[in-house]
Amino acid sequence: MGTGRNRMIIAVASGKGGTGKTTVAANLARVRGDVTLLDCDVEEPNVHLFISGEPQGEPEVVSLLVPEVDESRCDGCAACSNFCAFKALAVLDKRVLVFAEMCHGCGGCARVCPQGAIREVPKRVGVVETMGAGGVTVVQGRLDVGVAMAPPLVRAVKAHIPKTGDAILDAPPGTSCPVVATLRETDFVVLVTEPTPFGLNDLKLAVEVVRELGLPFGVVVNRADSSDDRVTTYCREASIPILAEIPDDRRVAEAYSRGELMVDALPEYRPLFEQLYTDIVRLLQNPLIAGVARASCPCFMGGTPMPRGALQGPHC
Amino acid sequence: MSAAIQECVIISGKGGTGKTSVTASFAVLAAGRAVLADCDVDAADLHLVLTPKMITKADFKSGNEAVIRSEACTGCGTCVELCRFEAIRCVRRPDGKTRCEVDPIACEGCGVCVRFCPGKAVDFPERLCGEWMFSETRCGPMVHARLSTAAENSGKLVATVRQEARRVAEERGLPLIITDGPPGIGCPVIASVSGADRVLVVTEPTVSGEHDLERVLKLARHFVIPAFVCINKWDINPEMTERIEQTARKMGATVAGRIRYDRAVTSAQRAEQAVVEIDAPSAEDVRAVWRQMGFE
Amino acid sequence: MKIAFSTSGNDLNAPLDTRFGRAAKFLVYDTETQAFTLVDNTQNMSAAQGAGIQAAQNVAAAGAQAVVSGHCGPKAFRMLSTANIKVYTSNAATVAEALSQFQAGALTELTAANVDGHWA
Repeated sequence: MGTGRNRMIIAVASGKGGTGKTTVAANLARVRGDVTLLDCDVEEPNVHLFISGEPQGEPEVVSLLVPEVDESRCDGCAACSNFCAFKALAVLDKRVLVFAEMCHGCGGCARVCPQGAIREVPKRVGVVETMGAGGVTVVQGRLDVGVAMAPPLVRAVKAHIPKTGDAILDAPPGTSCPVVATLRETDFVVLVTEPTPFGLNDLKLAVEVVRELGLPFGVVVNRADSSDDRVTTYCREASIPILAEIPDDRRVAEAYSRGELMVDALPEYRPLFEQLYTDIVRLLQNPLIAGVARASCPCFMGGTPMPRGALQGPHC
Repeated sequence: MSAAIQECVIISGKGGTGKTSVTASFAVLAAGRAVLADCDVDAADLHLVLTPKMITKADFKSGNEAVIRSEACTGCGTCVELCRFEAIRCVRRPDGKTRCEVDPIACEGCGVCVRFCPGKAVDFPERLCGEWMFSETRCGPMVHARLSTAAENSGKLVATVRQEARRVAEERGLPLIITDGPPGIGCPVIASVSGADRVLVVTEPTVSGEHDLERVLKLARHFVIPAFVCINKWDINPEMTERIEQTARKMGATVAGRIRYDRAVTSAQRAEQAVVEIDAPSAEDVRAVWRQMGFE
Repeated sequence: MKIAFSTSGNDLNAPLDTRFGRAAKFLVYDTETQAFTLVDNTQNMSAAQGAGIQAAQNVAAAGAQAVVSGHCGPKAFRMLSTANIKVYTSNAATVAEALSQFQAGALTELTAANVDGHWA
């Protein structure tokens, strides 16, 4: 975890896709300049459509350890397939078949095999690519087609968070495992939503996740207009800061449709994102809020969240 | 399974393209002939328009999760070493003893710690991953669900929702199932389209919309399901609309129509109404798509 | 020989299910006795994953030497070939129709999976 202000990790997330998460992450990175922008939406990486750059080095191949069976030692006892919770191994006619695409890489089969017939070998799940785009370094993970194991790739992307200097993470949409893998160990979460009933419903789901993770967060309302105040009312009642409101401007939608960054196509929006960055920094310097993220409690040393209520526990 | 029941799944690739708004309109246009299924279990929204009255609710369980019995744990740390998902930590307690704890969010349920704990201190209960509901709406019966936060396996919950929807359709003799599919192209989407009779892809004329459309159409082709495409907010980029329609045709899909950029779509949502229930300019566009798909 | 047909029904007039892994059951027809048995597969219909693998195990346990279905995913195909069970695809409406196609030699044997994995 970063201490002090030498590094800040901001994640941009939303309860569902299409709310403008990538827009906020990419524009924030552009106005900030010297920053690493990490696309953790490894199933559908879209950041590169808006900020493209020169590839830096070869793509890094990310693998998972999967079982390989030595048939000369295997006696078909099925201990491995009985153990596997993910049905990645099956035994038929005393022969073991490995279905590597189902494997989570837990290593249990190799341990339970009484014959020592299973060894673990790396299997490619995707790549991590790094691009330089002006001052912004873009890092994106890309899951291979037909692979369903996003979390290991998200972790590989996050390994590129620099030791010093700020990082902005574009999270996958939703509230499932890959989202949690992205948000863990970040300093601040920006939740992007729309001022509609759908937007509010999905925002509430996302709020549940960040609250469960114990992370400080704020909301950006995208496509804001004056006709619906449900999102703002909810945020006020739940004491959630609204960091920015991006107006419902058809020109923004048009620029987006062409793959142009808002702050490039419509420079009048630059101050909005500059202010957003400043506000996040200010919020993080607020000891009350920062305390949520990096209490001196030893249970945060590993960066993993404690169960709910643990902050009040006697060990703190 | 009765061959007479037709299931139409509405998907989008990228999220937020108007998939649920189109689904809600289709639910109204079906005029009581359809069972509605919300398979966007990660971020279900259809209920916000159709305001269902819940009749029954059931737990959805999938897989298992490791739980360490604190009183049996000796704090030896074997589980921490073996866990590949960084899901277990040893914590020093106020009484000076060290105990291991599982982070339920990080646990993938592989069972390695359960099997290899020297003190057999790890339980492995079934994991509650969400719930599914059967409800009544003004447009007919509806099956919907909610996946728990950070839960895996939404594909299985999607399969459960579809199976229930089909059961209801058979029971009530309804000829149609209209399914709001999940976004993306992953496992849950595959679970929502396999075995369906047709899919409608709602997309937008944006670079991301175009990017994802091809992958979704490939999926439909794999499962040999007739695919239809409609472009929402087509007029924000007419050139891109043309291009997407060409791509769609090239990939064997039928272009089912264009829906104009219309702020009334949001007003409808606020009023808990489908677009075709209010006097919205785009309502006629949605009706045209419905007709193109051969439902009238 | 015994042939397994994926189906949702209970007799030869039942519809042929195009799915293999997630079919409700298999009708296993014995060409020698001209009798059939039904093998339940419903535990797989909503399986999280690996439906094709389990279905292949069910079919193998029933002693079938051939499978007739609509689609067969890669995992199921690997399992079936390991057990030396041949896979044929048919677009017949009913099991009876698929059986006569089979007996007339009108069905071609699959040499690889014909659909993507996961949920086929």
